[in-house]
Amino acid sequence: MTERIGVYVCHCGSNIAGVVDVAELARWAAETLRDRGVVIARDYKFMCSSPGQELVTDDIKNLGLNRIVVAACSPHLHENTFRTATARGGLNPYLCELVSIREQDSWVHTDKAAATAKAKAILAGGVERVRRSEPMQPIKVDINPATLVVGGGIAGISATLEIADAGFKVYLVEKDPSIGGHMAQFDKTFPTLDCAACILTPKMVAAGTHPNVELLTWSEVEKVEGYVGNFTVTVRKKARYVDEDLCNGCGVCQEKCPWKVLDEVFEAGMGRRKVIYTPFDQAVPRIPVIDRPNCPYFKKGTCRACEKFCDANAIDFTQEDQILTLEVGNIIIATGYDLFDARRIPQYGYGRLPNVFTSLEFERLCSAAGPTNGNIVLRDGKTAPKTVGIVHCVGSRDKNYNGYCSAICCMQSLKFAHLVKERTDAEVTNFYIDMRTPGKGYEEFYERVLEEGGHFVRGKVAEITDAARLPGEEGKLIIQVEDTLAGKQRRIPMDMVILSAGLEPRAGAKELATQFGLSCSFDGWAIEKHPKLDPVATMTEGVFIAGCVSGPKDIPASVAQGAAAAARVLGRIQQKQMSLEPIKATVHAEHCSGCRICNTMCPYNAISFLEADGVSFINAAMCQGCGTCVAACPAGAISGTGFSDEQVLAQIEGLLRVGADGERPRRSAFPVARGEAIEEAVLA
Amino acid sequence: MSPTAGSNGTATAAAKPSAKPKLAIFGAASCGGCDVAIINIHEHIVDVAGAFDIVLWPTVMDGKYSDIEAMADGEITVTLVSGSMRTSETVHLARLLRRKSQIMVSFGSCASEGCIPGLANLTSRKQIIDTAFSTSSTDNPENLRPVWECEVPEGVLHLPEFEPVLRTLDQVVDVDYTIPGCPPESNQIWAALEAVVKALNGTGPLPPKGSVLGAGDSTVCDECARKRDVKKIDQFVRIQQVAGFDPEICLLEQGLPCNGPATRNGCGALCPAVSAPCIGCYGAAEGVVDYGARLMSAYASVVQAIKPEEIDKVLDGIPDPVGQFYRFSLAGSLLHSSRSAWQDDGE
Amino acid sequence: MSAQAPVAPAPAEGAAPARTFEPVIIGFTCNWCSYRAADLAGTARTKYPPNVRLIRLMCSGRLDPTFVLKAFSEGADAVLVSGCHPGECHYLEQNYKALRRFKLLQRTIEALGIEPGRLQLVWASAAEGVRLANEIARVTEEVRALGPLNWPVGNVVDIDGVNLEAAWEATGGDAGGPPETSDCVDPEPTPEAAR
Repeated sequence: MTERIGVYVCHCGSNIAGVVDVAELARWAAETLRDRGVVIARDYKFMCSSPGQELVTDDIKNLGLNRIVVAACSPHLHENTFRTATARGGLNPYLCELVSIREQDSWVHTDKAAATAKAKAILAGGVERVRRSEPMQPIKVDINPATLVVGGGIAGISATLEIADAGFKVYLVEKDPSIGGHMAQFDKTFPTLDCAACILTPKMVAAGTHPNVELLTWSEVEKVEGYVGNFTVTVRKKARYVDEDLCNGCGVCQEKCPWKVLDEVFEAGMGRRKVIYTPFDQAVPRIPVIDRPNCPYFKKGTCRACEKFCDANAIDFTQEDQILTLEVGNIIIATGYDLFDARRIPQYGYGRLPNVFTSLEFERLCSAAGPTNGNIVLRDGKTAPKTVGIVHCVGSRDKNYNGYCSAICCMQSLKFAHLVKERTDAEVTNFYIDMRTPGKGYEEFYERVLEEGGHFVRGKVAEITDAARLPGEEGKLIIQVEDTLAGKQRRIPMDMVILSAGLEPRAGAKELATQFGLSCSFDGWAIEKHPKLDPVATMTEGVFIAGCVSGPKDIPASVAQGAAAAARVLGRIQQKQMSLEPIKATVHAEHCSGCRICNTMCPYNAISFLEADGVSFINAAMCQGCGTCVAACPAGAISGTGFSDEQVLAQIEGLLRVGADGERPRRSAFPVARGEAIEEAVLA
Repeated sequence: MSPTAGSNGTATAAAKPSAKPKLAIFGAASCGGCDVAIINIHEHIVDVAGAFDIVLWPTVMDGKYSDIEAMADGEITVTLVSGSMRTSETVHLARLLRRKSQIMVSFGSCASEGCIPGLANLTSRKQIIDTAFSTSSTDNPENLRPVWECEVPEGVLHLPEFEPVLRTLDQVVDVDYTIPGCPPESNQIWAALEAVVKALNGTGPLPPKGSVLGAGDSTVCDECARKRDVKKIDQFVRIQQVAGFDPEICLLEQGLPCNGPATRNGCGALCPAVSAPCIGCYGAAEGVVDYGARLMSAYASVVQAIKPEEIDKVLDGIPDPVGQFYRFSLAGSLLHSSRSAWQDDGE
Repeated sequence: MSAQAPVAPAPAEGAAPARTFEPVIIGFTCNWCSYRAADLAGTARTKYPPNVRLIRLMCSGRLDPTFVLKAFSEGADAVLVSGCHPGECHYLEQNYKALRRFKLLQRTIEALGIEPGRLQLVWASAAEGVRLANEIARVTEEVRALGPLNWPVGNVVDIDGVNLEAAWEATGGDAGGPPETSDCVDPEPTPEAAR
């Protein structure tokens, strides 16, 4: 094949042209790279514009070009643009290479000569690479219209309802016995002070009764295999020991069960529940679960009260976990958050001083359906506090624990201040660093709480202690804080202290991420495809995220993300098919010796060993194109498209053919013996 | 029937019409093992002598360089060159033979990739000469050194000069075919020669230029009888560290660094069969640019450790990486030599 | 063929050399993290020295030691390998393979006389544009202090693998030493061969 390469250097206005000598670059390419196949080199103001793209398209047609190199911005921006323009010209789009001389050159260097020299090198690298490019076709995959939503909190429910209402099947998998998530634990929601249960439960019921929704509560995902459009998910439906088909949710078993244990999940350890239980009254589904480790029947073979009193004969102690295999096209992860464990800050006394509460514990106190029927009382269950302190930023904005801001705690703390004022005649003091109230109605809510007469101390709380030092402190919790606005240290006695603990990724978030092929940041939040422009997609095609799994956010944001993820999924389902980049690895069986070194290289299990043939094999559908196996093969028997050895080695050659000064670098040769002629007489 | 391989472009010789095509076998800086391997084809040597007019084979018969110089370009049909390009003499002969031959074959590991002598590229020429001429076991009280050129009453004498950096045959001349191995297995030698004879007779195809003859398309594992599983390496051991190795299981899986996965097959996997790890004498697999890089990548990929300190501990089990990965292939590798060979030449 | 020395800017302080050695460094980045970090550095207009030329791979796990050796043999003064932080690889665990290959490569090149400072590893997430820029600046200065590597040209082949020596031979050149081609200057490298 004779290369006929077209080179296009973009000015990008002055973004590139202001630093890199673009005209010189094009001239240099036409002249110096002529022997590498460049037949035309142009420079143009904005290559991504229509006339810019037409230069490419027309040149392919008129000049018979068979390779294109564009030197412009990042491939992440316009690789598709130029590939599409190439395709319009009748050339395979994968024969077009976009090299960045903007983000990688003109925007980061000030020395114009050096930047132009580097641009020459980058261009030469691109030209050499494109000479080794092969035409490819995108891979089309069918999209299974069923969707898996993992996590039945408000984000997951939102997503589920959008997809189900659009007429498509959703599997909603939730690890707790009921959907609802953390929102079900709240009393009121800011800033409207809507009752959380009142606005949540209609959605829960809608999800639970929707004909297109298969609710799998008390269930966990065990394995995910496959790729976008064609995932195979293994779900373990844990045994409830209650037959779902027979149970009518009457609740008699719960009433009659004589055993109670501390409810550490829903009641946040503030209350107790029965051993056979639904987590809360409005649970969806209303089918209870037997807490096997605490059930006397399972421990000693006694009791069986629930079985005796169940009219529907729904109790089944022999029930076993079920393993289900679901086939879905897309997955939405909405697994939410865990609360920061305030015990990690020992100087705040949580867990040691009884009247220090976490935010979730306080929510349960406030809740009319909670352990104190909505009465705000101390740990003894009866005394109303006269003074309440609310500490912001517990475990957040703190380089000792989590550096980030948890987004919702200021509003939550203001909400608590309001509720305390509303339900008690206690004095409330908020201890804050900043007031973060950005949402709609949030600042107004703050104004309202200010006017209701709470105290506000700007300062990070140093310590909460019961060691009284001054008169009036006996029997109280003393908050030691620097009041930065007053400019002095203060010791403020309180009856009750509420810690607005921050939000953290779920325990097991990293394992979950590995399971689904998600990327997680170092602290465990799921990483979105683009933090500004693509907050619900992930780098893995077909896997989306919504809600707090990607970072702290409030309910409106979680709902919006759930709906956004659903919209993306619905778009895929509508199209029925998707194109994947054909960056794949292949084992060349004739060269494969069956050493099996590649077999452990693939986290997507795309590589298998064919015993009968004695060679390894790569399932192209599952291959994600990382190229690790290509590099690992000791026989060089695995090749990878899009980033082949030939392409990369050629690119290295091209990048190094230009010195730091823009000229061909001086290279020395290996020393050789002088005069390799030999005395004839000696040898004859 | 003359083949079209050979890059010299000049016309086939018309000086002395010969019934049989001419064959030259030359050992450059060679241990002689390749010549022995050729003779080891036993009675087939008669077939070779019958098919060719052997014009040069210094190990076996008398012959003069001047005979070769007198030939026309392209007069020799096939030349097998073993041994490496160690001295100016070997380089000169390689170029001379290239001009006089239609087909040039890089025969054996030295010619193809430098082989063991290539490891001399780990030190400078001066250090090599010093070690050879003044080591504690050498009796050289006046510290004499070879001089490449010296004037004597009769004129100027030249010694073949020791090249500062050892080169492979294809770094000096254009090579048509390669027969790998240290030495190439005799059965493979015969197979390759037979194929060439057939091609010359027109009864068989001439392999495409650049082909590797006398070897397989895969690597040693393909011929190794040991049972292979997925590789998960926790440590590398040296052969003397372990009492005995399981004869059935892959040696690499037992922690013994075996180069089989990266080494071209054709030898019959003789070494692993007796629990000796493959050391790589048959060279790289098809299309591989740098043999050592393949091994480095493969070994590092299957080490299980992920923490830097733990990785270091495992890699400490290969105390001599250059010896392990480039024992035969250093001169033919991407870097060709260590830095001191070319940088410290004058010292 | 090679240009005359560029006009040297007058040194700012007295003792500065007229021509500073500008290393040429090849950097391997991964599409999801470190390449995006480099893009981010660009978007933020973060400034760093122009000595590193980046190659984009899909993953640091694609890094074949052949690429590193090729870069050195083609004249690079140093190689920078970068990818996602361990535990955050977009392809889950491939950067561990890259780490191990890097370590084994470092040992090997050191045994071949290449200072370990010429092969460096930097992990950078997509958000760490400034950090990557700083690391590039640091590596550039460290390599500058090491000086040029200037690994000699090997086979005297052109970029397409045509053995120029043999081609010259075939035209019947004399039996002297290897020809001077446009690629090499001195058979005996002078100490300040590179700029």
